[in-house]
Amino acid sequence: MESEILVDVRNIKKSFGPIKAVDDISFQVKRGDIFGFLGPNGAGKSTAMKIITCFLEQDSGRVTVAGHDTLTDSLAVRQKIGYLPESAPAYGEMTVTGFLKFVAEARCVADIPAAIARVVEMTGLERVVHQTVETLSKGFKRRVGLAQALIHDPEVLILDEPTDGLDPNQKALVQDLINRIARNKAIILSTHILDEVERVCNRALIISRGQMLVDSTPRDLMARAGNHNVIRLVVREADKNLADQIAARDWCERLVRHTETDWEIFPKDRANHLNDVMAMVAGKEIESIAIQEGRLEELFREITEGVCA
Amino acid sequence: MSRYTGLKAVFKREFRGYFATPLGYIFLVIFLVAGGWLTVSRDFGQFLEIRQASLTPFFSFLPHIFVMLVPAVAMRLWAEERKTGTVELLFTLPITLEGSYLGKFLAGWAFLGVALLLTFPVVIWVAVLGNPDWGTIATGYLGSFLLAGAFLAIGMLFSALTKNQVVSFILSVAASVSLLSLGLPQVLEFFGNIAFVGGYLEQIFSALSLFDHFHSLTRGLLEFRVIAFFAVLIVGWLGCGMMLLNQLKAS
Repeated sequence: MESEILVDVRNIKKSFGPIKAVDDISFQVKRGDIFGFLGPNGAGKSTAMKIITCFLEQDSGRVTVAGHDTLTDSLAVRQKIGYLPESAPAYGEMTVTGFLKFVAEARCVADIPAAIARVVEMTGLERVVHQTVETLSKGFKRRVGLAQALIHDPEVLILDEPTDGLDPNQKALVQDLINRIARNKAIILSTHILDEVERVCNRALIISRGQMLVDSTPRDLMARAGNHNVIRLVVREADKNLADQIAARDWCERLVRHTETDWEIFPKDRANHLNDVMAMVAGKEIESIAIQEGRLEELFREITEGVCA
Repeated sequence: MSRYTGLKAVFKREFRGYFATPLGYIFLVIFLVAGGWLTVSRDFGQFLEIRQASLTPFFSFLPHIFVMLVPAVAMRLWAEERKTGTVELLFTLPITLEGSYLGKFLAGWAFLGVALLLTFPVVIWVAVLGNPDWGTIATGYLGSFLLAGAFLAIGMLFSALTKNQVVSFILSVAASVSLLSLGLPQVLEFFGNIAFVGGYLEQIFSALSLFDHFHSLTRGLLEFRVIAFFAVLIVGWLGCGMMLLNQLKAS
């Protein structure tokens, strides 16, 4: 059965004076999706998120969230969304409990104490609930931001760089939390951390200079990276004939010799030709042979540098 | 969902906020000390010298205190939200612009109301000294409350205009002083002497004078035109402030 589309973004454009912050972006996010929003600084990720969350109005195009239009039914959209803005702003003078209570009241949550207890447990804030927000570490502040975004158990969760600046343990905790709650929600997260997209997201969109460059699954994106299925072969003794034979294969784009015995073989079609190479080196002495999986980082650089150049 | 969705939540947060930091208490202390001193001082209110059971000395100097202290209350209301980024959080909650703006305004106004209520010892004092005109005292307090609301609405607009609280404070003091000065005899005389338009300007400035309308109430005159004047002034500044904030909130 087709999953329900919760966020539908169609051809949105937004300019600030002469600068096109978002230029004709369209995508859909279904229930159960964890949608990674990738792009260099100033790419338009935050602007797009602000449009979806009704903080900004688009110049043209349409956004609907759970069937509600962001321009004509803004309050209903905001009720459906949980949002963690970049840098997780919160009222510093309030205690964690007081802040969560304020957000819950603003969102008309029915059972506020139960909702606070649920998100405090989910985000591991038990130790600091009575502290004021301004006294918390960056990691805890980010968790408070996550807790407020989850307080009304929203269908759509939008997280602007949720793990930025967190230590590895805190990053793992947040990523684990996102994975746990993802089943019944549509989650959009923007990030610079490409490992996070590989680990958490089932779809990724790369934008640069406000334009959509790629919309696909992280696995597919990795397969499109220039280093996908590159074979690293280290032979025990220099063998020019073998190198020439491999380079002459019709699937081989190029063979890079790092040393006389250490080669990298780039396939034209990004396909896996490990078996062919194994057959060619059969009977010869080799130190090691390995095939690389494409890295998002590589593709990200290829694509965004291409645009920014 | 109404036009004022979120007003109650914002009001509660803001009102409690005044008492969550020392700033609110510092304001109250300064207000009460300044109010008390200007009332009893031989150079200003001469409350003890005039030997009347009247709060006129107290009310006479309230505009001068408000013109400095109310902008101090108003300056953080939006400037701080915009500077710290919480404005983004606030406007992505299901809260309308009107709900949040009025919630903040009413909380600030209620806080100023608390400050006025804390001047009750001066009322007890005049009651002990003689037989005061309770009607005049009531309209005087009403006028003071309305004047505080007008200055607060002015201050909120400038707080929405800039992220810098100091700039907001200076601009709202300047605007409040200008409005207050419109009704001063020297100002009216100056503009009245301008050729051709002087008479009109004098009439306009006199009609816009905060002092005149405020003193009507402190003299015990409860007139509809005075209440309407303050209502229009407050609503006008609030409306302009909302439009401004809507344009600038994301900048």
